[in-house]
Amino acid sequence: MLRSYLPLLILLGISAAQAVGMVVVSQVLSPTKWTWVKASPYESGIDPLGSTRERFSVKFYVVAILFIVFDVETVFLIPWAVVMREVGVAGFVAAAMFIFILTVGLIYEWRKGALEWD
Amino acid sequence: MELEPVYQVGQLSTTGFLIASVIKVLIVFLVVLVTVAMLTLLERKISAWMQDRLGPNRVGPGGLAQPVADGLKNILKEESNPGQAHRVFFVLAPMLAITPAMVTFAVIPLASPLPTPWGLVEMVIADMPIGVLFLLAFSSLGVYGIVIAGWASSNKYALLGGLRAGAQMISYEIALGMSLLSVLFLVGNVRLPEVVWGQQQLGLWFAIPLSISFLFFWVSAFAETNRLPFDLPEAESELITGYHTEYSSMKFSMFFIAEYAHVLTVSMLMATLFLGGWDIPFWSGDNMLGMADGTVVGAAPAVWKTLLTLLAFVVKTGFFIVMFMLIRWTLPRFRYDQVMDLGWKLMLPALLTVVTVTAGTILALDSAGVAYGLVYGLVLTAVNAVMLGIFLLVLDRGRVLSGGYARQEKRAHARAVARFHREEFEVGHGAPAEG
Repeated sequence: MLRSYLPLLILLGISAAQAVGMVVVSQVLSPTKWTWVKASPYESGIDPLGSTRERFSVKFYVVAILFIVFDVETVFLIPWAVVMREVGVAGFVAAAMFIFILTVGLIYEWRKGALEWD
Repeated sequence: MELEPVYQVGQLSTTGFLIASVIKVLIVFLVVLVTVAMLTLLERKISAWMQDRLGPNRVGPGGLAQPVADGLKNILKEESNPGQAHRVFFVLAPMLAITPAMVTFAVIPLASPLPTPWGLVEMVIADMPIGVLFLLAFSSLGVYGIVIAGWASSNKYALLGGLRAGAQMISYEIALGMSLLSVLFLVGNVRLPEVVWGQQQLGLWFAIPLSISFLFFWVSAFAETNRLPFDLPEAESELITGYHTEYSSMKFSMFFIAEYAHVLTVSMLMATLFLGGWDIPFWSGDNMLGMADGTVVGAAPAVWKTLLTLLAFVVKTGFFIVMFMLIRWTLPRFRYDQVMDLGWKLMLPALLTVVTVTAGTILALDSAGVAYGLVYGLVLTAVNAVMLGIFLLVLDRGRVLSGGYARQEKRAHARAVARFHREEFEVGHGAPAEG
């Protein structure tokens, strides 16, 4: 059974080699002429204002945290989905309770305003 | 259910397996690279066609060699190396974007199993027992390349584009995984050849009995590939080109290739999960399932069947790719809060309901003793049609999905009401004074 993973390793190797190869080949073949203007970050043609390493909206962190909760939920549901027809009603009740608890969590986040973007 | 006939083809020896794997990997990898190059041309041709232009037609017959010219130009152009960029991550990001994109299709079965004198060759690169899980894992790796590119560029547009892309892709990954669950209910296995087999046994492609999951999967596929109407990460009117603003020549090209490779993979995936994969409709001669020990369940495998089913698979994949491109040039871009609302407030709660209802229906059908077949599928179709109706007509009420027309009608209605009130006012008080 484990040998079915082997072709994946070959493919992974080839595509990683291709990725490195593309970068290296173009670095070798392309001309390099350094100027101040080229090296400055692109800001629609004017001189860049301030640093990029600034703070950004906390919303993105909130989305990432919510994602972890619900992605783990999906991953937990996949094994149940695969054996759903064998485990029958008992499994369905357990999964429905799990989904219900997370739905309550989703409603809570919604009411707290974690999903608002304006 | 009657027992299916079993054909013994024989298992490949370890050497044979290795040789077959290398050949398969090389052929598929090259074909995918060429296809991706051709997709860029196809997109330009389709956009030209939709905008009543000619499109690229100078290089080669009908512009067919345009991708080659583009590739050469991109290799020979100067790389931009922004002074403030993080050296290592700036170079690493395009590699991180392109590598998973060129690997994800490894578990998708391309045609029916091929019998050879040395044993059975599965027409899938890696027939791993973790199929769907591998797909979910690898398709989500693409987000790293994009976020790292955005951060490492040290450009404000790139940073915002990367953040947006990250938040959008992880949001829709949940919907993507959830809509897969109903397929797994019916198939009971995460191997993708089993998914094709499950659809052949049902007699219906899953797009019909699981129509609502199909719709959600399709929408989240657009969001995952960052294609219009979900191309917020590179919204050019706001963010130049988003996370790859600072990239030029080959590194830019790598992001481009990665995007089209994702489009190709997702199209193949939708064809496999919901349109029967390589199954040819109304013909039972291709209903077969290859096993790891070299046996085939169902119909007898044959070389010509492999070729025919490969053609069927290409046609289905092509359908989704063309849909991707037609929709790109048809719909305008969403606003960012609309994108997040669609994902979190509409699709996630709807999918939680859909998963529960579908599971309940399947269990009820099983306990009622309905055999897995056409009747089974038709009952599921009816349940899904009801859910789709509730979703589109009651929950959505023309706000998000049916979009423009509904809003136009509402506006026309508001104008009519306003005119009515104005006329009433004029009748009551005489014509308003000039000026």
